[in-house]
Amino acid sequence: MAAENMQPEILFWVGCAGSYDARAQRVTKALSTILQNVGIDFAILGTEESCTGDPARRAGNEFIFQMTANQNVQTMNMYGVKKIVTACPHCFNTIKNEYPALGGHYDVVHHTQLISTLIEEGRLTIEGGAYKGKKITYHDSCYLGRVNGEYEAPRKAIEALDGDLTELKRSRANGLCCGAGGAQMFKENEPGDKRINTERAEEVLASGAEIVAANCPFCITMISDGITAEEKQDEVMVFDISELIVNANNW
Amino acid sequence: MGIQQIIFLLVVLVTFRIAYKAYAAIYRNIRLGKDRVIEGSEAARWKNVFLIAFGQKKMFKRWIPAVLHGFIYVAFLFTQIELIEIIIDGLFGTHRFFLPFLGGLYTLLINSIEILTILALIGTVAFLARRNLLKVPRLVMSDMNGWPKIDGNLILIGELILIVGVMTMNGADVMLQKIDPTHYHDTGYLAVSSTLAPIFLDGWGQDALQVLERFGWWLHLFAVVGFILYLPLSKHLHIFLAFFNVYFTPIKSRGEMSNMPDIMGEVQSMMGITPEGEVPEMTDELPDFGANDVTNLSWKNILGAYSCTECGRCTSECPANATGKKLSPRKVMMSIRDRATEIGEKLDSGQTKYISKEKAGETVLTADNFDDGKSLFDYISQEEINACTTCNACVEACPIMINPLEPILELRRYEILTNSAGPADWMPMFNAVENSGSVWTIPDARDAWTADVEES
Ligand code: SF4
Ligand code: SF4
Repeated sequence: MAAENMQPEILFWVGCAGSYDARAQRVTKALSTILQNVGIDFAILGTEESCTGDPARRAGNEFIFQMTANQNVQTMNMYGVKKIVTACPHCFNTIKNEYPALGGHYDVVHHTQLISTLIEEGRLTIEGGAYKGKKITYHDSCYLGRVNGEYEAPRKAIEALDGDLTELKRSRANGLCCGAGGAQMFKENEPGDKRINTERAEEVLASGAEIVAANCPFCITMISDGITAEEKQDEVMVFDISELIVNANNW
Repeated sequence: MGIQQIIFLLVVLVTFRIAYKAYAAIYRNIRLGKDRVIEGSEAARWKNVFLIAFGQKKMFKRWIPAVLHGFIYVAFLFTQIELIEIIIDGLFGTHRFFLPFLGGLYTLLINSIEILTILALIGTVAFLARRNLLKVPRLVMSDMNGWPKIDGNLILIGELILIVGVMTMNGADVMLQKIDPTHYHDTGYLAVSSTLAPIFLDGWGQDALQVLERFGWWLHLFAVVGFILYLPLSKHLHIFLAFFNVYFTPIKSRGEMSNMPDIMGEVQSMMGITPEGEVPEMTDELPDFGANDVTNLSWKNILGAYSCTECGRCTSECPANATGKKLSPRKVMMSIRDRATEIGEKLDSGQTKYISKEKAGETVLTADNFDDGKSLFDYISQEEINACTTCNACVEACPIMINPLEPILELRRYEILTNSAGPADWMPMFNAVENSGSVWTIPDARDAWTADVEES
């Protein structure tokens, strides 16, 4: 799967969470499974991939951002990367919106966008049934939704699952953050009344959904933790959209 | 020239003199900020001015305040036509100068203004109630303690005075039209005055009515003068600056944090990459990175701060604020304005004690040698800026396209890059990214997960 000497259709940008976080690895595998099953020839950078630099930049550390980001741009330019898919909205945002200023110009899609296009083109079909009548809610990640304006693609993918999509009270442009962005994932909260993920988990529970569909590894961790803190982890499960599809198709 | 004309002229001249100084100071304070290129085409930015500033598009995320605010806003726009007439009448001693030219159109115009004035009255009373009786959370939070709270009410009371002035003037006028039609030309039936005046002013003599008409006219004028002079001190400045702020809002992705070309250049040359485009020379003296004061924010950030209506839509959407953290994007904008005003006032004082130690040789205080030993961190704490998740909810919420996130991130950059401070928890993440190219330091290879996939 190394990128060497290959000109694959698309580069799968795995990201730090997707590479190392046990929960997010399952998303990485789910997306790989989908790509393999629809016959998309993809590559990963493997050990040559480095953090996009999003958390460092948003924490204020431009030096670290520039170091890791320029390295990535160099690597990808060397391999002649043109098209990228990633399952992390932060990686998606940084590569799409911030790498051009460093000389990295790629056509970047978030995996939910790719999935919804594949469904539309008929290349990806979802065997109905698994989620019939199940109440699924969707959590808009800040960096896919509000920041990059993508609200529809993930919803289309969820609708294809044939479940019963229930919106949260705060959704789309008003979606409530899970609390991880801006490098919050890596530090303790400032003093306050509660954690942001608790606030979001409460909203999820109020929706009565049994499944939360997400599109970001950090959101998945945050919302799962919030639900666990409310001791509802057996009633409400959090999945990435790709995982729901893999499960529906019994892949 | 009649005595009224002379007084009028004096009032106008004095107002202009004082206003000029106050508005020039605001312009200067905005220009304390760093230069900034505004991305995006003129056409796209004008489109925003029409849709978002004139059209109030983003207000309609919340219907009730949008409609109430719409009443006051449209009434304000229309009243400007009447104001032009007042200025002409005041200078030339005429009465309802436009009436003979416009005829029936004039009746329509004044009727529109009257109806809008009544709607504005409803809006104003409702807004006073929202602030003081219903206590809408975003309008009574701790950010608003002290002056901001008084300011919010004063403006609404000023609007009430203006409305009373307009209606008294028109009411007395329609009564006078019946008594002395040669001086008080027939304006046609006015929806509000012609209906209400006979009820309230029945039996008033010509002299009393004339005094009342003049009282209404002057009250209207003084309310306008009061507004012009008061705006520079108030959040109500948004009635002008919102248009500029929207026009100067760059059209670019929200997801792109401003690049720092000097750091990029340094890193690229370290890595042996030939940089694209021009890279600023690194001087020996290590520059300050990020912002610790308004002078190293961009002028657009300061313009935003002076445009801010203190409506709190940003703060009420902020996840950090909603969960009890100290961060409030509105307060960030208010602090930037307060600090810019403080620097401006100190510069105006000309006191040489504000000349920085390094430039002690200079004798005239300027923005370049200014140093009062304070910074924006005296207004905004690290605890506040560190709590931001960069979720952009505040950016999305602001009805006039202010971006509170941008200055927050510039302050963070200063904290980390120049002060080497910041949350200790972040250090392991920085080190991990620097040394192992991942946000966590993990001994496994980055592609270790592929082992399972290849097996299956
Ligand atoms: S970007 Fe920061 S300040 Fe703005 S709403 Fe989100 S957390 Fe609050
Ligand atoms: S920044 Fe915008 S949303 Fe926030 S208080 Fe000011 S005007 Fe309102």
